Amino acid sequence: MKSYILPQYLVERDDYRCIRCEVCVRQCAFDVHWYDEEEDAVFADESKCVGCLRCATLCPTNALVVRHNPTEHPPNANWTRDVLQNIYKQAETGGVLLTGMGCDRDYPIYWDRIVLDASQVTNPSIDPLREPMELRTYLGAKPDALQVEGKGKKVSLRTRITPQLRLETPIMFSAISYGAISFNACESLARAAAEMGTYYNTGEGGLHRDLYKYGDHTICQVASGRFGVHADYLEVAAALEIKIGQGAKPGIGGHLPGEKVSAEISRTRMIPKGTDALSPAPHHDIYSIEDLAQLIYALKEATHWKKPVSVKIAAVHNSAAIASGMVRAGADIIALDGIRGGTGAAPTMIRDNVGIPIELALAAVDDRLRQEGIRNRASIVVAGGIRSSADVIKAIALGADAVYIGTAALVAMGCHVCQKCYTGKCNWGIATQDPYLSKRLNPEVGARRLVNLLTAWSHEIMEMLGGMGINAVESLRGNRLRLRGVGLSQEELDILGIKHAGA
Amino acid sequence: MLRSAFCRDDKDFSACSIFGMMNMRGEKFDGGPVITAIANMKERSNGLGGGFAAYGIYPQYADLYCFQLMYDDEGAKEETEEFLKGSFSVEGAEVIPTRPCEGVDDPPLLWRYFLQPRENLACEVADVDDFVVRAVMHINVRIDGAFVFSSGKNMGVFKGVGFPEDIGRFFRLEEYEGYIWVAHGRFPTNTQGWWGGAHPFNILDWSVVHNGEISSYGINRRYLEMFGYICTLHTDTEVIAYAVDLLVRRHGLSVEDMARVLAAPLWTEIDRMPERERELHVALRQTYGSLLLNGPFSVIISNRGQMIGLTDRIRLRPLVAGRNGDFMYISSEEAPMHLVDDTLRETWIPQGGAPIVAELEESTRKEEEEGAKVLSLRGPDSA
Ligand code: SF4
Ligand code: SF4
Repeated sequence: MKSYILPQYLVERDDYRCIRCEVCVRQCAFDVHWYDEEEDAVFADESKCVGCLRCATLCPTNALVVRHNPTEHPPNANWTRDVLQNIYKQAETGGVLLTGMGCDRDYPIYWDRIVLDASQVTNPSIDPLREPMELRTYLGAKPDALQVEGKGKKVSLRTRITPQLRLETPIMFSAISYGAISFNACESLARAAAEMGTYYNTGEGGLHRDLYKYGDHTICQVASGRFGVHADYLEVAAALEIKIGQGAKPGIGGHLPGEKVSAEISRTRMIPKGTDALSPAPHHDIYSIEDLAQLIYALKEATHWKKPVSVKIAAVHNSAAIASGMVRAGADIIALDGIRGGTGAAPTMIRDNVGIPIELALAAVDDRLRQEGIRNRASIVVAGGIRSSADVIKAIALGADAVYIGTAALVAMGCHVCQKCYTGKCNWGIATQDPYLSKRLNPEVGARRLVNLLTAWSHEIMEMLGGMGINAVESLRGNRLRLRGVGLSQEELDILGIKHAGA
Repeated sequence: MLRSAFCRDDKDFSACSIFGMMNMRGEKFDGGPVITAIANMKERSNGLGGGFAAYGIYPQYADLYCFQLMYDDEGAKEETEEFLKGSFSVEGAEVIPTRPCEGVDDPPLLWRYFLQPRENLACEVADVDDFVVRAVMHINVRIDGAFVFSSGKNMGVFKGVGFPEDIGRFFRLEEYEGYIWVAHGRFPTNTQGWWGGAHPFNILDWSVVHNGEISSYGINRRYLEMFGYICTLHTDTEVIAYAVDLLVRRHGLSVEDMARVLAAPLWTEIDRMPERERELHVALRQTYGSLLLNGPFSVIISNRGQMIGLTDRIRLRPLVAGRNGDFMYISSEEAPMHLVDDTLRETWIPQGGAPIVAELEESTRKEEEEGAKVLSLRGPDSA
C-alpha cells in the first residue's frame, strides 16, 4: 500500500559544509542518513526522521538543518494536518495511534498565567547569597498536634512522628521504569538523587540489583502489574509508591513491548524474556477505597512501618474527593500527575484527551484536604509538566510540598522530546534497551547534568523566595497570597484560589 | 463587611512601636508609665492606631470572661447582646468609661460585659475556652458592626484610631491598675483607620502587639483555618494571637516550644544539636512548619502569667529588653524604658528567635488565678 503520510521533518544538508564524516549515518537509529560511495554524498530518507536532532547536534560542521515540513494541507480549521495524518496512519495500519512523552496539545498552561510576588519597602527581601535560605522539606504524614514532655533541658517528644522522606530541595525525579528507559538513564537518576539529597522513583519496572546501593534515595513503585515486586525490593526502598494512575494515560495500564524485554529486564521485572509486559488498567486487588487501604497497610506491615507510602493518581475531574479518600485510607503522600505528564508509550487519544491540568487539580486537592482538616495527614507531590524553577515555586505556593520532574530530567540528559520513546530507538540513549544506543548516555555525565539542573533550579528558587522576604520554603507552601493570576477568568481564579493581578 | 470596608488588601502592612512592662510579683501599677513610654516612640506611629492591654485590672470579676467590644451602631449592640444572653449569663454590662480627647475622633460605641458561659451550652463543647473562642468568632464574623477587642479574664484591651498616648488618655487608663501593661503605636501603610484594626489583638487571655509584616501570612492563616480560627481582619497580628492560642492552650506546648515554632532555629543549627533536642526541633518544624512566621517582626505576647518578647529568626525588627528588680521591660527602643524607670541598669538585645520570657512568680500566680488577694499597689518611681 502506498503511504500517504508526508514526512514530518525535512533534513537539509549543506553539501559545501558536509565533510562526509558519516557521524549522522552512525548516530541515527531510524536509518535516515546513508552515504553513497559512488557519488561521495550523504543522503536522507526524510520519511523516517523523528526530529530528535541527534544528527544536527552532533554534526561537526553544522551542515544539517532539520525542520518541520512546511508543506501545507488545504487550509481547514477542522481537518488540520495532524488530524489528516493520523487518519492516514490508521487507514494504513488499522492500529491504535501510539506516542511517547506528555500531551502536546495547547491546553492552557496555568503556570504561565500566574505571577509571583516580591517584597518592597515594608518587608525587606532577603539575599540568599548572604543569608540562610532553607529548602529542606519532609514528606509524610504529620500529626495534628505534638505532645512534649518535661521542662527546660529535659524536654522530650511524646508523639511519634511517622516515617518521613527528607528532601534537601523540593524536587524529585518522577517514576520512569527500567524498561521504558535504559539502565544508564536509571543510574544517572539514582546517582543525581543521592548527590542532591532527594529521591528518584523506579516506576513500575522493578529495581536492578546494581542500583540497590542508592536505595536510600529510591522510591519503589508498586503498580498493577507488580513487576519486580518482592521482599528485597520493598526493603531496599526509602519509600513505596502505589501507582494507581499516570497523567499521560489515566485509566489504562502500561505496555512494554516484548522487544524491549531483554535478559536484564526480564530478571528485574520477573517476567519471561521477550514477552510483552502488560500491566492491567486497575489493580485487580483494588476495586474500592477500602481495598486501597488494605494494600497501603500491607505494604507498611511488610516494611515494619518504617517507610512512608505514597499513592499516585492521575489528575482527573474528581481528584479532590479521591485524594481525601486516599488520605483517610492511610496514604502518607499523595502524588498527583497532570495531563501533561510524560510516558514511554501511550495511546495518543488518551494522552491528549484524558485528565486535567495539574495546576487545577493541585489547587482543588489542597483546598479539599484543608476544608476537611486533614491536610497535615499527607504531603502532596505534583507531577506533569513542571518545566522550570518558576513552575516549581508556583506549585509550592499553590499548595504542593514537592514536585516530581520527569520530562525535564530526561531533557537534562539529552532528550529532545521527539515523542518516539515507544519505538525503543531513542538516539539519545535514554528510552532504549539497545546497548549500541544506551551506551551513548554515560551515567557519570547523565548524573552531572541532572545535578547541575537541580542545583540551578534550587538557586533560582532561593532567589525567588528571598525576593518575597521568605527564608524557608514551608512559609511559601500553600501561601497563595503571593500569587496573582494574569488573564484568567473569575472561575479559574476561584479554583486556583488566587486573585487577579492588580487586585 | 470587615474585609471589604477596611482591608481591601490581603493584609495590612504596618511599622510600629511596641512596649511592655510587667511586675513579676504581680504588684499593680496604673497606666501612666506605659503611656509615657509609648509616647516617647511617636516617630514609629502615625496616628492611625494605638492600643493597650492590661492584666489584673478587674480583680472583682476575676473569674468571669470580660468581653470588651466596639459597636458601629445600636443595632449591632442589640444583636450582640441578644447573642451573648443566649450563650452566657451576663453578670455585668457597662459602657467603657472614656473622656473626650483631642486626636481621638468618632469613637464607636464601647461596651464591656462580664460573662459566665452557660453550663449546659459550654459542656457541649469539649472545653469552656473553646466555647468562648467560638462565641468571639461568631460575633466577629456574623454580626455586622460588632467587634470583640478582648475576651480574657481579669484583663482588657483598649484601642482605637489615634496616637497611642491620646488613646490612653481617652480610655482614662491612669484609672486602672494592672501588673502587666502592653502598648502599641501603629504606622499602617495600607489600612484606613478602623478601631478594631488597632493592636493589641486578643483571644482569651492572649494579647499580641506586633511590629512587622509577615511574609508567610497566607499559609499561617490557612493552617489556622483548619483548626477553626477565622481570620476576619487580615492582619498578621491576629494570626499570631490565634497561633499562640492553638499552640499553647490547645496543644499544650510550652512558651519556649511555641517560640521554636514561630521563629524556628535554622536547619543548620538543628543538625548540630544533641540527639534528643534535635528530634524535638525536627518534629516541631515538621508538624508546625505552616506556623513559622517568616518576614520581619518583633512581638510582645502576653497572658495572665507571662509577658514574652520575640523577634523573627534573622532579627529584622528591633527589640530590647530590660530588667530592674521585679520589673521587666520589653520595647522597640531602649530610651522609653529609661524614661519610665531611671534606676534601670540591666538592658540587653535578645538574639533573633530567642524568646524573652517574664513570668509571674508561682505563688503570686496562684493567688491571681484564685482571684482572691488584691495586691498592694505600687508604681515605678517615675510613675
Ligand atoms: S554529520 Fe554532518 S558532516 Fe558528517 S556526514 Fe553527516 S551531515 Fe556530513
Ligand atoms: S527520550 Fe528519546 S525517544 Fe523519547 S522523546 Fe526523548 S529523545 Fe525522543
